[in-house]
Amino acid sequence: MNGAGGATDWPERLYTALKRADVRQVGYVPDAGHARLIARCRADPDVNDVALTTEEEGVALAAGAWLGGERAALLMQSSGVGNCINMLSLARACCFPVLMVITMRGEWEEFNPWQVPMGSIVEPVLKLCDAEIYRARVPEEVDGLAEHAACRAFEHERIVALILSQRLIGKKVWTK
Amino acid sequence: MSLSRRAAMAALVRDRGEDLLVVPGLGSTTWDLAAAGDDPRNFYLWGAMGGAAMIGLGLALAQPKKRVAVITGDGEMLMGLGALATIAAKRPRNLALIVFDNGVYGETGGQPSHTAHGVGLADLARAAGFADSIDVLDAPGLAGLAERLRALSGPLFACVRIAADESPRVLPLRDGVALKRRFRAALGLKP
Repeated sequence: MNGAGGATDWPERLYTALKRADVRQVGYVPDAGHARLIARCRADPDVNDVALTTEEEGVALAAGAWLGGERAALLMQSSGVGNCINMLSLARACCFPVLMVITMRGEWEEFNPWQVPMGSIVEPVLKLCDAEIYRARVPEEVDGLAEHAACRAFEHERIVALILSQRLIGKKVWTK
Repeated sequence: MSLSRRAAMAALVRDRGEDLLVVPGLGSTTWDLAAAGDDPRNFYLWGAMGGAAMIGLGLALAQPKKRVAVITGDGEMLMGLGALATIAAKRPRNLALIVFDNGVYGETGGQPSHTAHGVGLADLARAAGFADSIDVLDAPGLAGLAERLRALSGPLFACVRIAADESPRVLPLRDGVALKRRFRAALGLKP
């Protein structure tokens, strides 16, 4: 079922949560797991969608957005977390809110072993960056965790990572 | 005769008006901006190397009625070249990206940067999609840039050739949280 409440509508739930949190800028590096959410953001005239060349640009974008009074979210794959590390110092030094929504690779039924090294250290690395981490393992968890993550980020000026398990996203199909 | 960095910064922010927000890069351009006169609408960077341009983009998108000038160094810009493509693709009309290019990493002992070996930042910006990308080599060029910044129709990229000599450090506030709060307060936002 793809209807409301079905197992595959979590991108729609995320979009709704971001809208409820008044997110106006969405930075992203294109990612298959986030494809539907990216499409929703691109189609929304009230959201500035910003395609990034690398995820660390998004951390700086979010800082600038907050300076100007807007809320930003960053969509990325787990490999992108590694690209953010030094720029997250900006968020820590100034207490900028950073809401990262991360699709996992390198865990459940991963076909590509090159995804495993970064995927396996996403949570410990984010913890070292003083990020709060919330992980959604099933679609039913997405709404509540997204709402909480946005609250923690924007009301408390925190770095917050909402992690979407690879099992929730579904495995990438490699053979046609 | 290359331009003096302090005089160049002063010329760009003189009579800045209520609507000019400035993000300098870490190091010399932050000292230059502080030397030109402190202002809560300056967001000094003490770190985040490679991030100045993207902070400027987020700010420009959030404040479309203000003008945003990122004024950074060649080394800082080189660390975040992807931002040229990202900003050019987004085409913010209220953003100017100005690089003070002296061809060296002044804070770390004057080692040559890529621009000393022929990399042209204005050419890179043009190739990335900045329709308006200029080299500023002398005082008339600088006066022209200051004028364009006053009536900004961006995105604008300018590479300002400055002398490589170091000016005395003028250190602004370095508490990031305080810098953020006073900047937001100056925009009428909850600090």
